[in-house]
Amino acid sequence: MSDDIKVDKVFDLKGLPCPMPVVKVSKGIKEVEIGQVIEAQSTDPGSLTDFPAWARTSGNEILKTEQDDDVIKFYIKRKA
Amino acid sequence: MDMQNIENQFTELKSQLSALDKKAPEDKLSMVVFSGDLDKIIAAFVIATGAVAMGMDAVMFFTFWGTPVLRDAKKNVGGKDTFGKMFGTMLPKGMGQLKLSKMNMGGMGTAMMKSLMKKKNVASLEEFLAMAEELGVRIFICEMSMDLMGFKREEMIDYENLTFCGVAKFLEEAGNSKVQLFI
Repeated sequence: MSDDIKVDKVFDLKGLPCPMPVVKVSKGIKEVEIGQVIEAQSTDPGSLTDFPAWARTSGNEILKTEQDDDVIKFYIKRKA
Repeated sequence: MDMQNIENQFTELKSQLSALDKKAPEDKLSMVVFSGDLDKIIAAFVIATGAVAMGMDAVMFFTFWGTPVLRDAKKNVGGKDTFGKMFGTMLPKGMGQLKLSKMNMGGMGTAMMKSLMKKKNVASLEEFLAMAEELGVRIFICEMSMDLMGFKREEMIDYENLTFCGVAKFLEEAGNSKVQLFI
């Protein structure tokens, strides 16, 4: 978990290939309130382009992207 | 220019705007699924389910070689004529019998691809179909293809949003979709 961001819910999407990370995160973000933040953990390298594309289209905001080894962590604020 | 004139122009603009608004394409994906190859059907479902994740509506129209993909392997119907029986035997009965469009190698390539998909956690076609149903992807089946190949409605899959239709329904949906694909 990132130090400066309060995460309300974590989604473990590790090991899931396309299109599952985006499908799951689009459903998962509805489980928190607008203004809350989710953390999505993905090992799919395609997520690096897919998540920003999804966020722009759905009107949500990626606050921060972290990558260590194979795991990419997205901190996404629900805005829509 | 007096106030009345401006007001008239404003009303005129407003009605033009609302007419334009009705013509604007919706956030929707309309897809023709013409092929019945395993690889192409996988691509079709990846795109359709991905579209819903992107906040779009997704509509799939199965026609020609795509039609037998939606046969239910567990259902058997009788009363077919010779051609119907022939098509029924020669075409895949459901998703489980699809082959790769390339590198099938007498079924070896397809088996290899399926085991690779499992190993890499890629959803199987059956899982994709269940996911599509859950996400509300609408499926239409071309009535003419059904009739040509002698398929009956009773032998098709159970799917919540399944409708039989003709080309006009596809064109209506495609006409107001932002994205249209032919696979």
